[in-house]
Amino acid sequence: MSKEKITIQDMIFKLEQFWSSKGCMIMPSYDVEKGAGTMNPYTFLRAIGPEPWAACYVEPSRRPADGRYGENPNRLFQHHQFQVVIKPAPSEIQQYYLDSLRVLGIEPLEHDIRFVEDNWENPSMGCAGVGWEVWLDGMEVTQFTYFQTVGELPVKPTMSEITYGVERLASYIQNVNDVFDLEWSDGVLYRDIFKEPEYEHSKYAFEMSNQENLLHLFDLYEKTAHRLLEANLVHPAYDYILKCSHTFNLLDARGAVSVTERAGYLSRIRSMAHEVAQAFVEEREKRGFPLLKTAEEKKGSQENA
Amino acid sequence: MPKTYLFEIGVEEMPAHVVTRSVKQLADLTKKFLTENGLSFNEIKTFSTPRRLAIVVDELADKQEDIDEVKKGPSKKIALDQDGNWSKAAQGFVRGQGMTVDDLYFEELKGTEYAYVHVKKEGKKASEILAGMSDIIKAMTFPTRMRWGNNTFEFIRPIHWLVSLLDDEIVPVKILNIEAGRKTRGHRFLGNDVVLGNAKDYEDALKNQFVIVNADERKKMIVDQINALVEKENWKINLDQHLLEEVNNLVEYPTVFAGSFDKKYLNIPEEVLITSMKDNQRYFEVYDENGKLINHFISVRNGNSEYIENVIKGNEKVLVARLDDAQFFYDEDQKYPLSHFVDRLTNVSFHDKIGSMAEKMARVDIIGEYLINKLGLDSKLVPDFKRATELYKFDLVTDMVGEFAELQGVMGMHYARLAGEKEDVCLAIKEHYMPTTAEGELPETTIGSLLSVADKLDTLMTFFGADMIPSSSNDPYALRRFAYGIVRILLGENWSLNFTEVLPELADKLAGKTKAKLPEDTDDLAQFIRDRVKQYLQKNNYKYDVIDASLASTQQDPKQIVMAADVLEKHHDDADFKPVVESLVRISNILKKADTKLTGDVKADLFADASEQKLYDAYMALTEKENFTELFDGFIALQPFIDAYFSANMIMDKDEAIKLNRLTQLAKIEQLATKLGDLNKLVIK
Repeated sequence: MSKEKITIQDMIFKLEQFWSSKGCMIMPSYDVEKGAGTMNPYTFLRAIGPEPWAACYVEPSRRPADGRYGENPNRLFQHHQFQVVIKPAPSEIQQYYLDSLRVLGIEPLEHDIRFVEDNWENPSMGCAGVGWEVWLDGMEVTQFTYFQTVGELPVKPTMSEITYGVERLASYIQNVNDVFDLEWSDGVLYRDIFKEPEYEHSKYAFEMSNQENLLHLFDLYEKTAHRLLEANLVHPAYDYILKCSHTFNLLDARGAVSVTERAGYLSRIRSMAHEVAQAFVEEREKRGFPLLKTAEEKKGSQENA
Repeated sequence: MPKTYLFEIGVEEMPAHVVTRSVKQLADLTKKFLTENGLSFNEIKTFSTPRRLAIVVDELADKQEDIDEVKKGPSKKIALDQDGNWSKAAQGFVRGQGMTVDDLYFEELKGTEYAYVHVKKEGKKASEILAGMSDIIKAMTFPTRMRWGNNTFEFIRPIHWLVSLLDDEIVPVKILNIEAGRKTRGHRFLGNDVVLGNAKDYEDALKNQFVIVNADERKKMIVDQINALVEKENWKINLDQHLLEEVNNLVEYPTVFAGSFDKKYLNIPEEVLITSMKDNQRYFEVYDENGKLINHFISVRNGNSEYIENVIKGNEKVLVARLDDAQFFYDEDQKYPLSHFVDRLTNVSFHDKIGSMAEKMARVDIIGEYLINKLGLDSKLVPDFKRATELYKFDLVTDMVGEFAELQGVMGMHYARLAGEKEDVCLAIKEHYMPTTAEGELPETTIGSLLSVADKLDTLMTFFGADMIPSSSNDPYALRRFAYGIVRILLGENWSLNFTEVLPELADKLAGKTKAKLPEDTDDLAQFIRDRVKQYLQKNNYKYDVIDASLASTQQDPKQIVMAADVLEKHHDDADFKPVVESLVRISNILKKADTKLTGDVKADLFADASEQKLYDAYMALTEKENFTELFDGFIALQPFIDAYFSANMIMDKDEAIKLNRLTQLAKIEQLATKLGDLNKLVIK
């Protein structure tokens, strides 16, 4: 366990600093509800097409079905992910990751760190990758993936995605057993910030949500997304797809979706995810894949210097 | 001088389950490659860890054999055309030898001149041939492959280094931009890179860098350390070989440790605790001397024993979090009566094309009641069976099974017990999934067997009804395994079911009571089940001719078929069996030749010889035999009467009525024999 106290806030600073030194942009969280950092457009959309990309950000991730009214020490309606995406994946990416743990005070020789196979998949977004869950003394603290497919399109060059589970890692670093005992910043506990939201969101998701309204909303969001896709408005269309996904998760938490219907909803979201992925590449291509040019210029100026 | 060749592929951590088979694949491909290229060797040793696949070829020839021999071609007459030019035949001959026509010369052999060439080729050096190892990397296959960086090449995980050493020399091999050298890497945290002087140094050099590259040796280290620990603590352990293999392929340098958890979690069903430890965390669960699960676990670290207290503490923390979750689900599920879950099964789909779980359960209730009747079982079973069918899929919608799908049935049993259901009902809920593998354990209770058979029959009938019939290569719903399970349970319980009768009757019973489509013609399904009887006989090593003979019998009931096969198998090589088979074959040949429809009875008033009455009486006695052993013995006893019958009578008598009567007698005997099977198919020496 580390000697100095590291708050969640410190942790995030350290990770941001580390990854920015590896060339990542520090992006803000994206402001539409989502289940995982992967669904942030800085990952999902930027994974597609030939342009390079390197970014990191904290993503509040909402999983209605995991809500426990703030009573379970390990499960949350909303947890936080620290997401790092780099395309093309650097060949030393595993080493970078291990170095980032050292920055957090986790010296590999004092622990047991393993890369255990876990081929990640998000069928509703048409995403699949190959990689591991990283175990720290038996605890899964990170999902490490080489994207192979996003929005049902091949990811080429390959993007690496590192997703740290902020609360998991922090509870290890701060040596607490209850997520609500974590220190976010000096003297302010996780409980002080998130206890009530956890209770209230669980109450809403499990008891107060209106099934009919949610079904109606899903249809509205879906129609809007389709309309925007037809107009080639990629980003607003993507926002509405995210809204569909979150609305489906709320319905699911309510137990309102049967197994058969489930497959139907997922396939509706997947087909939109595929369309928006295609539209994004087309739009970038029309602009001549600007980041590809930037990267070449950068490389050129380095070589000339 | 024979040499040692080392080839190592260094990768990012591979999935544990592909390591062993991949290194075997590497060795097999190399063996084939070396053999095809005429490079001899003594053996290929394999080495593997999560981060490397390696082979060491022992006593590899340093070059191919030189070739120095004279080859004889066509005669001069054929080798030259009319104008004295080289013929097509001559040109073809030299091409085949890798030479040109300029190399040809003539020599006389027994008075005829022939064309010859002297083939002299120096064998290629081993190093030259081994440069082709990059093709072997490309030829390797994996269950999942991946691209990385900017490449289109796919492998199990990104490749980082290659070692290719022939004794002390690098054999150049290249894949993508990675060039093979003599540098390998040590343990990710404990070791350093090592430059290998000689291929022979491989194992020891890596051992110094905390990599036990010999997988068997590594496994033995784990087992030895576990045994020492268990002995010291006076524990017992069930050393699951599958888990051991997986754990072995998750570490390069193993150190075994034990952790513990609060005893309060021991109130959670054992299966849940074991799943949490074994499946989720890859721990070995621990038992006390009396075989009772206790609050300890054993795990293996990828590293040495320094700071092991951190590792133990961390692992304990993770397990407690998991057990807290399990406790939460366990408590939560118990807040509701069973009916709460049962009600929700109307929303759970069995299969899109078939319907819900609730509908399936209603059908199974009908099927089970029919079976109790058909099998002549005690009607006292009915209430418990009906209770079981009302409940048996309810645990699918519990939180615990939502989290641990592999505990379906088991949790149902536990929750039903807590709800005060009868023990037989609880056990049946668990047992209806059995056998869970082809040769897995069978249900122990009668209701469990009955529910398992009824549930599986329903699955088969509805899938066949929805036209989702397995093909020879594709059986996504494991219908073969279900049918095989039915056969095994029937045999185990000694239950008779004639499926050509049962299936249409069931279809009738269910008609109008279900939305699911049922098969209009059940012959395919009956045959499908009959094929599983064959599988059973093959699996249990019956002689192939016994299998062919007994499956050709008129029996439709798996039990009857297997009983007949038992008798044939047992007496197959008896001395007095051979003449019986021979006379039965003779009978069958006569009947085939006569090709007459024989439906009537044997008429005693048409007997012309005393032997006819005697055979008839013996035959009549045989028809009363109840079981196959008696029937079989009866045929042995019948044999002299048949012989006497044949020597005294002409079957094809001039009198049409007598002829018909005699043929009828033979047909009756044959019919009786086919109860045992088609004895023509037996191969008896």
